[in-house]
Formats: sequence, C-alpha cells, structure tokens
Amino acid sequence: MNKSHNRSDRRVVITGMGAIAPNGTGLENFKIALKEGTSGIKFIEKLKELNFGCQVGGIPEGVEEIKRDYFSEEDLLAMNENMIFAGIAGIDCWSDAGLPKVSPDSETDWDTGAIIGTGIGGMDTIAEKLIPKVNKGKVRRLGSTIVEQVMCSSVSAKLGGILGLGGQVTTNSSACTTGTEAIADAFIKVKTGQLKRMIAGGVESSSPYIWAGFDGMKVLNSTSNDRPTEASRPMSATARGFIPGSGAGLLMLESLESAESRGARIYGEILGSHVNSGGHRSGGSMTAPNSDGVVRCIREAMYMSQIGPQDIDAINGHLTATFADDKEIENWRRALELKPQDFPKINSTKSLIGHALGAAGGLEAVATVLQLHHGFLHASLNCEDLKPELSDFSESIVHKMEKFEGKIIAKSSFGFGDVNGCLIFKKWEK
Amino acid sequence: MMTETQVFDKVAGLIAPYAKNPDALKTLSKDSKILEDLGVNSARLVDIVLAFEDAFDIEVEDEAADEIWTMGDAVSLINSKIQ
Repeated sequence: MNKSHNRSDRRVVITGMGAIAPNGTGLENFKIALKEGTSGIKFIEKLKELNFGCQVGGIPEGVEEIKRDYFSEEDLLAMNENMIFAGIAGIDCWSDAGLPKVSPDSETDWDTGAIIGTGIGGMDTIAEKLIPKVNKGKVRRLGSTIVEQVMCSSVSAKLGGILGLGGQVTTNSSACTTGTEAIADAFIKVKTGQLKRMIAGGVESSSPYIWAGFDGMKVLNSTSNDRPTEASRPMSATARGFIPGSGAGLLMLESLESAESRGARIYGEILGSHVNSGGHRSGGSMTAPNSDGVVRCIREAMYMSQIGPQDIDAINGHLTATFADDKEIENWRRALELKPQDFPKINSTKSLIGHALGAAGGLEAVATVLQLHHGFLHASLNCEDLKPELSDFSESIVHKMEKFEGKIIAKSSFGFGDVNGCLIFKKWEK
Repeated sequence: MMTETQVFDKVAGLIAPYAKNPDALKTLSKDSKILEDLGVNSARLVDIVLAFEDAFDIEVEDEAADEIWTMGDAVSLINSKIQ
C-alpha cells in the first residue's frame, strides 16, 4: 500500500503519446503534418451519396493497412473503428513511453489505469448492425460481439485488456470537452498518488451516423465541398461552421517520481487543470457556453498551476469555426485581463484536422505537447481573412508555423451541455 | 452429400478465426475441446453456431448448441442436420 496516498504535491509529467489524426497516422506523421501545416480534410464520397450538406471531413488514413500489426484476427472480430483508433493510439502511447512489451500472458499492471473518452463513438455498430437486425426481428442473429462494441467504455475496456491495466479503466463523455476532461481527471488521479500512470485522452470514429446530427443542425460548413483543405476556417470572417473530424489522441501521464525511477523520456508537465460547467445560465445553454463559466474554468486552472496571465505563452484554442470563435477569445481576454497587444499566441488545431468531437481534446493536447517539446507553433489555416471582431488580436494569431521559445501553453475545450475544460502544459524543466 | 471429413474440415475453418491458440489447429481431432484446447472465448460460441447455420444452411436450437464441447460434437450435430 502506498503510505503517501493522499499527498497532492506530486509533479505529473507526460512520458508517452499516441495519435491517429486525419492529417497523420502515428505520432511522427502527426508532428510532421502539424509542422508543415498539412490539412487532413478531404472530400468524402459517402457523404455526397447520403445528401449531406457538408461533404468533407477528417478521417485518418492507412489505419486499415496497419491494424493487423496491432491486433489479432480474433480481436478484430469484435472491434469497431472507435476501438481500433483507441487501441492503436494506446499501444503506440505505451511503446512511446518506453514501457515493456506486454502479451496476453504478462501479469496485470496494477500501477497503470486509463481514462479514454468518446463522444458518440460506436454509432457505426449501432446503425449498421444493431438496429437493422433488431428491427427485422433477428435479435438471435446479433451474436456475442455487439455489447462490447456499443458500450461507451468499449474503447478503454479493450485497451485495458490488451495492455493488462490494473488501475481504474473507464470512459468519460462530455461532448466536445471529452478528451480534455479525460486528461484533467487522469491528471488528478496521478497527482494525488492513486496511480503511477494513466493513459488519457479521447477517441471518435468517422461514421456518417455520428456526423449527421450536426449536419442537420446546420453547424457544419456546407459551402466548401469543392475546396476541402479550405473548409475548416476557425477565426475566419468567412467561417460557416465546423468540419467533422475523427481519430484518437492519448497521453501517458506519469508521476515524476515514477518517470525518473525508470529513466523515462519526459515531454512536458501538466501544471494544473480545471473542468466545470455553466449551468445553462447567463447565456449558456445546451449548445452555447455561459461565458462566466468559461472564465472561471480558465482562472481555476491557472490558480491550480500557480501561474499568472503573463505566464501563458500560447493558447491552443477550442476554436471550431462557428459563431462562437470570437466569443471564445473574448472569454480568454476576460479571464487573463490582458490588453490585446499582450495577448498570448493562439492557434486552432481544428483548422488542420477538423473537429474530432470526443477525440478533439486528446488530439489537440498531443499537438500542444508536441509544440512545446519541439519548439514550434503550428499554422492556424484559413484565417487570413480574420473576423473583424478579432482584428485587435491579429498579432497573436499564428498564420504560419513559427519557432516557439515559450514555456507554457494553455489548452481549452468547450462542449455541448455548457461544459468546459482547461489544461495548463509546461515545457519540461527539472 | 458431404463426407464426415469434409464437414470436419469446414467446421475447422469456421472455428479458426476464433481460436486464440492457433497452434492447436495443427493437431486438431474430434476430441479437441473448443474452449480449452483451441482457446475460444466462451462468449464466441454463439457466433460460431451462427457461422455453422450460415455455412451449412441449418438451424441449431439453443439446447443443441449447449451440448457442443468438442470438434466431434459439432461435426456430429451438423451431420445429423444435413443428412
């Protein structure tokens, strides 16, 4: 038993990462795509066939070709795309952390857990297998593999089994805040000494059945189907809605003590986090944030991190390319109480990969740590025609990849349900 | 009309994807236990029976499916349905 169980002054570092992104499958490919400003948004024939208004999206490439390098045929009989994305990113994250190779015969690792969130993932199995058979009265023909694919925790449960995890293994869901919330909660678990390590982040598959509801709401951009790489336009005056994305982004959070004891490579540190909601009050609703809630969330994360507004060198925004972009930046301005000319640099990873929903926070956290570790800020594409409301902040917006010598990047996510999450990442310094 | 050997080989092919112990497929006999020897997850027996039904165009009642323990049990049951 760990006698210092309740100590909460532990430092929590990042020792591994895994990413399956629309513009790069695998961590190295994702890093290169971020540096080069490569868009992962493409025209999707299936969306045209189904009469979607928005017919472009972000889907990781090459996953089908590599999945047998990660999973047995027997595993794949009961794995949908959501589970495959999470599984590959999780195994990559484990390997990247330098942890020993595991097999079905290896012992349970009681020191590691996982919080892997998903928004609407698993809908492909529900739509393509479950509903058609049930509606035809063929329940008997469903077989044994449906439940383990449609339960929300399928993504964490499968990875937990593959890696033999013995800590808490769970799945959270809080719409577009999901991935960020998973990391925030896992951070607390490690910080308070409940576990040495947690794999944390988010995953979302690429099913039209996930994206259809957003298309029906008219919150997807349906005006750029012929120009896919220009379709995701956060902060642009011509932004007309977000572009759906998919993938998985996972981090290995580890106590500094554990990381140092095994000589692990350290990418960076999480100083603090906060998750809250706005209660659907003061302008907040199921689909819009209460600005006061956002401001409190950011300030609480800074307070926990023991940093002031001037210490934040850059922000990886939520910034989806809806009407809410300028409100988001105004909320940051309120939270930091800085003049526009003193505002940190800000970029939107969604400009490159679209909005990966439950995976967004995870993938964007990986992007944030890559930027801190490798000293760059990636381009925020397609906002050369900045929204007039953001003109005061034009010097802060990263249009082209630039060298970054700062130490702290804040990552925020906001989701349907009026939920907010904020993480404060710091470049690794002993 | 299929011979018993043909049925056995077809059953082996249908069970193979579910075997976590593929080495046992090399020494398969009528006495091979589907769960213990082949390492099939017990939940997957449902899927294997569905595969039998599709491949041999038969219907296997739940009670009969519950009596399938070995390769030989499966072959006997299927033979009784297709003859």
